[in-house]
Amino acid sequence: MTQMTMVQAINNALREEMRRDDRVVVLGEDIGKNGGVFRCTEGLIDEFPDRVFDTPLAESGIIGSAIGMALYGLRPVPEIQFMDFIYPAFDQIVSEAAKMRYRSGGQYTVPMTIRTPYGGGIRGGHYHSQSSEAYFTHTPGLKVVVPSTPSDAKGLLTSSIRDPDPVLFLEPKKLYRAFREDVPEGEHTVPLGQALVRREGKDVSLFAWGYMSQVCLDAATKAAGKGIEAEVVDLRTLVPLDVDAVLASVKKTGRAVVVYEAPRTGGYGGAISALLAERAIEYLRGPIVRVAGFDTPFPYALEDVYMPSADRVFAGIDKVMAF
Amino acid sequence: MLSHRLHAARKNPLGDIVRVLQDDGSVDPSADPNLSRDDAVRLYRGMTLERILDNRMLALQRQGRIGFYGPSVGQEAAIVGAAMAMEPDDWIVPQYREPGAALLRGMPLKDLICQFMTNGGDPAKGRQMPCHYVFAKGHYLSISSPVGTQIPHAMGIAWGMKLRKEPAAVLVYFGDGATSTPDFHVAMNFAGVYRAPCVFFCNNNQWAISLPVSRQTAGAPLAEKAPAYGMEGVRVDGMDALAVYGAVRRAANAARNGQGPALVEALTYRFGPHSSSDDPSRYRDEKEVAVWMARDPLVRLRRFLEARGWWDEGREASLEKEIGDEITQAVAEAEAMPPVPVETFFEDVYAEPTWNLREELGEARSVRRG
Repeated sequence: MTQMTMVQAINNALREEMRRDDRVVVLGEDIGKNGGVFRCTEGLIDEFPDRVFDTPLAESGIIGSAIGMALYGLRPVPEIQFMDFIYPAFDQIVSEAAKMRYRSGGQYTVPMTIRTPYGGGIRGGHYHSQSSEAYFTHTPGLKVVVPSTPSDAKGLLTSSIRDPDPVLFLEPKKLYRAFREDVPEGEHTVPLGQALVRREGKDVSLFAWGYMSQVCLDAATKAAGKGIEAEVVDLRTLVPLDVDAVLASVKKTGRAVVVYEAPRTGGYGGAISALLAERAIEYLRGPIVRVAGFDTPFPYALEDVYMPSADRVFAGIDKVMAF
Repeated sequence: MLSHRLHAARKNPLGDIVRVLQDDGSVDPSADPNLSRDDAVRLYRGMTLERILDNRMLALQRQGRIGFYGPSVGQEAAIVGAAMAMEPDDWIVPQYREPGAALLRGMPLKDLICQFMTNGGDPAKGRQMPCHYVFAKGHYLSISSPVGTQIPHAMGIAWGMKLRKEPAAVLVYFGDGATSTPDFHVAMNFAGVYRAPCVFFCNNNQWAISLPVSRQTAGAPLAEKAPAYGMEGVRVDGMDALAVYGAVRRAANAARNGQGPALVEALTYRFGPHSSSDDPSRYRDEKEVAVWMARDPLVRLRRFLEARGWWDEGREASLEKEIGDEITQAVAEAEAMPPVPVETFFEDVYAEPTWNLREELGEARSVRRG
């Protein structure tokens, strides 16, 4: 075990997978010599000069050519510098990578892991802060993975690279250097599709992913001070969702607060809410509450107001407890 | 008008358009790819098969026996000539108008027709509308309807070949309309930077549905876009199978030898509609069609074969009968196939179906029963 930040854990996962499997290649903007703008790929080009590529500045080219590499039999791990820059590659991701296995009747597959930092809290303004996972969770054929700790970042990224299907791996940049924790050196995988109960509680379930998992832990601490035992379920994989873990928690607590930093309307938390309403309404003792970003573009000066905070999550807990 | 340029080139065969076949069936010896008799006949057969197949499939579509069709009549020299130039280890990344290339790569005719019928015999399980076939055994990639999206894939495959030091190349087909897409430019740019062994093959058939190439770009000829990306561009007479074959062969050999990518622009023409849903009389002049039909690529290659003493009326008649019978039999076999079973509906979304897909299969089964 070594204490690592999330950035170090991601770097460690990439390095170990590149050592283990010579089909793994890494490509993206400023990821070679510069080590990536967040340094996630630092030093990889020195160890693997033939498998790390600083690409021209074109997201559709990065993803489009990575798809070709994957079709050919490689395991590309392209990086999109910020999730806010992913849209030129949207067509290649949702209409090509995600559809290839299906449309070819299984003759061609795209084992590719797209890494990209997402989310707010770093004073990056509209174009360095969005949390647009819902565009991608709406895409059959694509998996969507979001770690919230360094250890999970390594384990989930390793599993994603080994996965036979295309994976969008969202890195909560607010947590890149927020804290260190023990990360296993060498082989460490976390299976895709398994949520984790980060804190147990009997009164209310908080569902979250990425940075919001940490916010929920803070909110649960605050709730404990008021005598409320909140359970924090970190989804870790959005697609495929760990439906059993979600339902099991709500059946235990009877209350649900879904927390996400994307705009409320159409966010992935809406899908969680709908699932709970369809499958667990008989266990619910109050309304399903969503605590989310506001339905605005991501603001710069008022970022702190926009981002769901522990206080706002606690207000959500209060609402469902008081029902 | 590009047709005028082609005329000019006829008068001046040393112009900037590569042309091998002369009107009398003789060849320009400086550009002759020197195909053997067997290869020349194979090329002619592939083009004839595509022509006859197209006409038969369009007829089946009119009879309601297949849902949709996109004919390639007029473009056989460009399509089959380019595919002929590639080796078995090379990959072919199609647009959607190249059935002759798929057949040349070994795709069984019955499988192709089952795809047109989108029935249970379709190797891709009826997942896509007609004319979106795939044949991985022949390194023939799956087809996507949005224009140009396949071009970066070709670049990536070629990049992979280079990384793995495989002496192979990629041929990617696209039309004149695709040269306006960001995907074309980004793939050309990446290929230039990484010297990927990719042959970018533009079937410039003059029309992207209703838009003529003159309104697609102010930067014609299209081949002149190549130098901007650090690669060679060449224009060939796309109604001349030997010129197409020779140009693609040279480009592919150079790519395999580490000399990087190239753009080949084939000047050709779609005699028919964009698809079975299109009426070209709404946007183009029949006089223009007649000019291009006078350069029919099948007639020109046949004249060459006859001038060499490799072909005659008797061989032509027996080839047409042989192909006609093959298609008749394949259509009969394809029409005997059952519909796509609902059980396949949820396969291949992922390598393993997720919980929601397993649940939804139950729901889909009840719909089919209902």
